[in-house]
Amino acid sequence: MNIYINGTGCVSPQLTAQGGPLLGTLKEYEQVRLAVVDPDYKQWIDLKQIRRMSRIVKMGVAAANLSLESAGLSTPDAIITGTAYGCLDDTGVFLTKMVNQQEEMLTPTAFIQSTHNTVAGQIALLLQCHGYNNTFVHRGFSFENALVDAILILGEGSAENILVGGMDEITNHSHQILSRFGIYKKAPVKTMDLLNSPEPGTIAGEGAAFLTLSNTKGPGCTTMLTGVSTLYKPLWEGEVIGHIVKFLESNNCTPEDIDLLVTGRNGDIDQDEMYEEVAAALFPDHPEACFKHLCGEYPTATAFGTWMANALIAEQTVPEAAMFYGNPPEKINKILLYNHHQGTHHSFILLSHVE
Amino acid sequence: MNDLKAQIIEQLNLQEVTPENIGNDQPLFSKEGLGLDSIDALELIVLLQQHYNIRITNPDDGPKIFHSVRSMAEYISANQTIQA
Amino acid sequence: MSEKVWIAGGGVISGIGLNLQSCLQSFRDNKPGMTAMQYLSSVHRATFPVAEVKADNATLADLARMPEDISRTALLSMIAAREAWESSGLGDISQYRVAFVSGNTVGGMDKTEDFFTEYLKNPSGGRLRQVVHHECGSITELVADMLGVRHHLATISTACSSGANALMYGSRLIKSNQVDVVIAGGTDALTRFTLNGFNTLMILDQQACRPFDETRTGLNLGEGAGYVVMVSDSLAAQIQPWCRLSGFGNANDAYHQTASSPDGTGNYLAMKAALDRSGLQPQQIGYINLHGTGTQNNDVAEGLAIDKLFAPSFPLVSSTKSFTGHTLGASGGIEAVFSALSVKEGIVYPNARFMHQMKEIPFAPETQFSTGHNFQHVMSNSFGFGGNCSSLIFSKA
Repeated sequence: MNIYINGTGCVSPQLTAQGGPLLGTLKEYEQVRLAVVDPDYKQWIDLKQIRRMSRIVKMGVAAANLSLESAGLSTPDAIITGTAYGCLDDTGVFLTKMVNQQEEMLTPTAFIQSTHNTVAGQIALLLQCHGYNNTFVHRGFSFENALVDAILILGEGSAENILVGGMDEITNHSHQILSRFGIYKKAPVKTMDLLNSPEPGTIAGEGAAFLTLSNTKGPGCTTMLTGVSTLYKPLWEGEVIGHIVKFLESNNCTPEDIDLLVTGRNGDIDQDEMYEEVAAALFPDHPEACFKHLCGEYPTATAFGTWMANALIAEQTVPEAAMFYGNPPEKINKILLYNHHQGTHHSFILLSHVE
Repeated sequence: MNDLKAQIIEQLNLQEVTPENIGNDQPLFSKEGLGLDSIDALELIVLLQQHYNIRITNPDDGPKIFHSVRSMAEYISANQTIQA
Repeated sequence: MSEKVWIAGGGVISGIGLNLQSCLQSFRDNKPGMTAMQYLSSVHRATFPVAEVKADNATLADLARMPEDISRTALLSMIAAREAWESSGLGDISQYRVAFVSGNTVGGMDKTEDFFTEYLKNPSGGRLRQVVHHECGSITELVADMLGVRHHLATISTACSSGANALMYGSRLIKSNQVDVVIAGGTDALTRFTLNGFNTLMILDQQACRPFDETRTGLNLGEGAGYVVMVSDSLAAQIQPWCRLSGFGNANDAYHQTASSPDGTGNYLAMKAALDRSGLQPQQIGYINLHGTGTQNNDVAEGLAIDKLFAPSFPLVSSTKSFTGHTLGASGGIEAVFSALSVKEGIVYPNARFMHQMKEIPFAPETQFSTGHNFQHVMSNSFGFGGNCSSLIFSKA
């Protein structure tokens, strides 16, 4: 069975919500924390509803709507989201008040909106979609789990159109706490220089990206989602390499069939070593594109990566800002997106061009 | 009542609404009025507690008290204990 | 490919017992788990009864064979997941392709709350090891690492239906031959965050809750974990499985962020979808383990949806939350184990404290523990915030 990407939508630190060619106007930053460029959310959400929504809910609803619009669909049969951190802002608001007010005089809004399924629930509510609804919250596999669920549901035939997305937000609290773990650069770095940075640490990012998947090809569709796989805590790089070979094999292809490798390099010299090893072993002469210098590092960044890979296939070209190694391929038939999150969560997403 | 309206707007994060937009007798919860819902009612219960030291323990009392700004104001003046 | 998905075993830890057998004994003895708070520290200690797991973290850590300072959510999860695995008789876990799919809503919030008290005073305050497992997925990984599960990991958070949705996803993983075995269910520890959150909604009962009773005034929170072991046809042939997961349904109420629609639209759709998937007629269901939280709104919505789907002949029904409290992300897992065991052994669990018939519906919950029923099919309902409604059906072979 083929699974088609019939529409996509993305809210990110790039101008991805306004349409036009991929990275037509590149946003460059020199900071360790990237924020999404907010579209005018009122085009999708009325004032009465928007007043309670935190940023992650708004960006999720916006990206979901953009994805449905581009698929020419008003309501999907199922909504599946992935978010590692969930609704951090409302969690932080409620937690802070609870501590500061010694558990007295708390209000319900932040608590209600703090649950991880808020975004999927709000999308269902706004679209009046009574179909299947699920939310995965498994760190660097959150978006990948959502994709697997969607693929299995399309395979069993219980839904025709599924809206699948990944999103996470940064808040002041989360950034402050994550910074204490030492995962970000100590000093601001230019985003276009990030991937060649000689130091440990990366930059924080956020965003929401949705795909509308279907087992029938839509009018604007250019790309199939051929396969998804995850690998948890590989013991060494050989296990990753072996996993990729098997993953490609199970999708009837070999490294030679891959026209473009898209990797989750994040400018952390320690973490990027794995991509070097994999490229050297399996894809020594392959062109490579990257995305985390555009959106920042976060556990569901592969949703942005998949959104971008779909656009690369649709446009059959790779903007210079996204290229990391080699020259853009003349024809982009197959893209392998390889990402790892903190060295423990490795994921592999295979996309193919359809005429 | 204008203070109360401002407090309601702040508590409920009513965007693009000013105290002048809310009529004293305008129903707060019906579609023709402000269109508030059950979550707002819970927020208003906390508002009364925070600003007026009035505790409502049964949420079913909400619809009566929160019918309009005037009914809220009347309930407040009838139930407010003297505060330091 | 596996035609069917089998339940090979189950484990539960809850406010009425540290393992499945002791939970069953509490049902038999009619001993619900709600008491004044003993382990959770909260200003509401004297106000709201809760169904805590009756053990401190040191005792749980011993049972779990894990460090004492990790989240209670992980300790509970480990204890129930290991019990589930051992009950399956499958032996060495490393010889199978195994997935661990666990639902939870609080993650490591119990530790994050302590961290925040220090952190809010000073941004460099609080020990980082208290927040390192804050994420829901991190709880799943602590347990997966202990169990030795690496093939597939997933964490689901759909509020009170998280555990039920874990079984659905697990079922798909087996049917599509991604794995041979899935340990699926959910876990949640009591935290100040959830206690205060539910308090803002004014739906916590200050007495022991009375699900499906006309005089009900709210729910009691509980904590715990529950997991089933699900296996494919080929593995089921080698053991004595309890029953099958024959159907499931997932629908969204799409009515309100937290409240159920008055007529229980999402509840109805989820139960109907589960029946359709298992190819059953309503009258073939012998018993329903209700969502049955005890709030005005939840119970009337579920009751009306059951009325619409099952009238005029109703299966036996009861809410085990009248014993365990509402264990949130764990409830779908805990009640899946109770329901699977109900099919296997013909058990009906009692609905504690039921006295007054609800005026909206024509059926009433069972109040006595009973065995010896010959159930072919049992349904388990889990409905939650965000409109997330799920229903599971367990069937005899």
